[in-house]
Amino acid sequence: MTEHVEWSEPEAVAAPANAPVTPADAADAARLVAFGLQPKLQPARDQEYAELLRRYREDPPFARLADAVAAGLGLVVLEVSPRAGMAVTAAEDSVFAVRMGDYARRASADSGDRFLHGLAHLAVAAMAFPRPEDLADDGYIGRVSVNGVDAFVRQACRRLEERAEEQGENTDPATDAPGLEAAWRIWARRSSTGATKDARRLAGSTTGIVGKAVAFLTDSGFLQRTGDDGGGTYRTTARYQLQVRDMAGSAAMAELLELGIVPVTDGTATLLPAEDTDDLELAAGAGLPFHS
Amino acid sequence: MTSPASTDSVPPQLSAGPRPAPGPAADEGLARRLRALACTAPLHDLDVRKANLAGEYTVYGMAEVALAAIDLVTLNMDFDTGADHDQIVARLIPRIAAQAPRRPVAEHERVARWVLENLINVGSVDRGFRAVYGTFAPDGSYVRRDYDFKLIEEVPGYGGSVYLRTTDEAVNVLVGALDTDVTSAQIAAEVKLEVLISRGRLADAQLAAEQARYRTVQYSETLRKALDATRRNVRAVDWLQAVPDMIAEALDHVADRYRHENAILTNIRKARDESEDPEQKRRAAELVDIVKDCIRRHTQLQSRLLEAGPLFRAEQDRQAFATPMTTSGIDLYGHLVGPVLPLPVEQALRVTDAFFAHGTGLRTPVAVRVGDLVDLLLTPPLEREHLGAEMPEPDLIATPDDSRFSEEQLASAMELLDLPADAPRRLSGLLAEARRRDPELPYLVALLAVHAASPPVGTAYRQGEEKLLFAVDDGTELDDPEFGGADLIVGTALLDAAGMAAGRTEAA
Repeated sequence: MTEHVEWSEPEAVAAPANAPVTPADAADAARLVAFGLQPKLQPARDQEYAELLRRYREDPPFARLADAVAAGLGLVVLEVSPRAGMAVTAAEDSVFAVRMGDYARRASADSGDRFLHGLAHLAVAAMAFPRPEDLADDGYIGRVSVNGVDAFVRQACRRLEERAEEQGENTDPATDAPGLEAAWRIWARRSSTGATKDARRLAGSTTGIVGKAVAFLTDSGFLQRTGDDGGGTYRTTARYQLQVRDMAGSAAMAELLELGIVPVTDGTATLLPAEDTDDLELAAGAGLPFHS
Repeated sequence: MTSPASTDSVPPQLSAGPRPAPGPAADEGLARRLRALACTAPLHDLDVRKANLAGEYTVYGMAEVALAAIDLVTLNMDFDTGADHDQIVARLIPRIAAQAPRRPVAEHERVARWVLENLINVGSVDRGFRAVYGTFAPDGSYVRRDYDFKLIEEVPGYGGSVYLRTTDEAVNVLVGALDTDVTSAQIAAEVKLEVLISRGRLADAQLAAEQARYRTVQYSETLRKALDATRRNVRAVDWLQAVPDMIAEALDHVADRYRHENAILTNIRKARDESEDPEQKRRAAELVDIVKDCIRRHTQLQSRLLEAGPLFRAEQDRQAFATPMTTSGIDLYGHLVGPVLPLPVEQALRVTDAFFAHGTGLRTPVAVRVGDLVDLLLTPPLEREHLGAEMPEPDLIATPDDSRFSEEQLASAMELLDLPADAPRRLSGLLAEARRRDPELPYLVALLAVHAASPPVGTAYRQGEEKLLFAVDDGTELDDPEFGGADLIVGTALLDAAGMAAGRTEAA
């Protein structure tokens, strides 16, 4: 998963062949991984970090050593580059992995809350990278706001509700089967905000849940806070793009496939866009329709 | 049955008795009525539960207060935000106070807050209500369903503040069967209004005007939602048909209503001015206010509609005309969010869990050494600085007082010019008197008199002044050792402050 492409120069130094690995090399490799474990640290701001990154690029045995250290710790290397630094993330069941129960206590008891927290993270990513191009473009910086994410999910929920009403369905869920309730109803039902005694955001409201998600992602070095408008505005970092593109997106996708939801056309990952979402040509042809 | 906690009790009259399954169509109507019935339940519930409050609260009509609260929130809902919580409480208090005038104000406020909180249903995690009802499924089996609804919801405003909005359900409870086309309902209400006014039945006209205003608010609410969606995602909105149609419709609607309401306004003004009966006059004046508010809301709606076009083009530039990239990988919305939302929670949970597990990054586990722990536990808590850093004392430089006249001189001159309304004076006399007081004073008096030759009538009118200094030149030459020119007549004009105030509201 590592990428050397951006760094490769014509006169890339060939590593000395058969040089034995010394304990000092191992220490350096481990230090590089340790830098990677501090996601908010920027390579440009730390000379030693930048130095080790250059060594990773120029010295393939050292790179293999650092990869091995990371793998041994239960880490996955996403990218090693000046922009993202040593971008590592927790492998499944690693000690570094974030567990939902630690993240939100209520979520372990209540499947509805658990879903809301998960969906909040998914929605933040979808809002940060609204189009597939945005996720693919390394230079793209996404911007999200807490209220914007909530409004965007609510809008999607409202469309589903309208569609259900058009079909004349009774969408009220059956009382004794909470697990069968359509997922969008859980979000739509939860209040978007609420007054509290100490003027903080109501933790159980949807903006509270999204606010928790972006604050957590900021701590992970995935987002940077840029302002207070709309409940707090944030921009994405290179690490977040990598994480969503290479890890989270595909993992969630695999799960969805297992549920038999998304049809696969062939062996590659060319998935059909979901219904009603890819009507770009409609927008392009619309022109100034309402000034007639 | 809609109290926050109980969700499993079913009213006996709904399930009792043998009842053949009449087919889904008949049941659909029944379900709709059951839902409508459920919306009123929280209001009845308030009157039932007031007995449980600590204190003697049975004297208050809680359902009445609740309906008034829903009215207030609906009317105060603006295009961008909602109604302010405290403002609603403050406006509810007069009505509550009227119900029990001898009780303390604190209790009135408590009642207002209790009603408002119960309408929001602060106790439940969803801050909403749930009613359970039963229907027959197409296969004849009996299914119990949950109906979730809100009456007043809290929405985020600027700077983290929280505003209140009434939901569609609440507006339905309030105005009654509003499950019809907004436009046609509004036209009907206004035709009714016109007829009522032409027949001089103002009491009914006021009711109809208020209904028209509720519909106006509801209409702009519908549009606000659609425009919001456009701003977020061009692709999510049908810009070929639905939105342009809606905007055209709304512009027609605004133009139409504007014409209509101006006509009504003229009519009511006439009714107000011609009417002899003071009660009739007061009603008409209230109606003028309501219709003016309607017009204001229409104007606001129209400006939003005109902004929609540029907004769409800007968003389209940003979203559709960017250089096409090699699209590889995942469309997060189309491939994940879109398909996940309609799934049953059980299945959707697997997807969101997977995304969460792989999308949150890593946390370095905390390893505590006993030595550190002891230090940590024994460290006294850090004193929080509540007041922040100390402000440096500003270094002020006294600016020299270079005024031509002192405050005392101004006071003296004003006293001199404080003439009775029925006795204007010549400037020459005023100057002579001023000279006796202070050799500098005549200059100030002359200056003020010259200013008074062109009195600030507009300012006085706007600020509601009661009198105004004026000066008139009648052709007499001024005979004075220091000044030349006309010997002005200086006097005070009394103004009709109350009449001007009335005039100002009229013009507004």
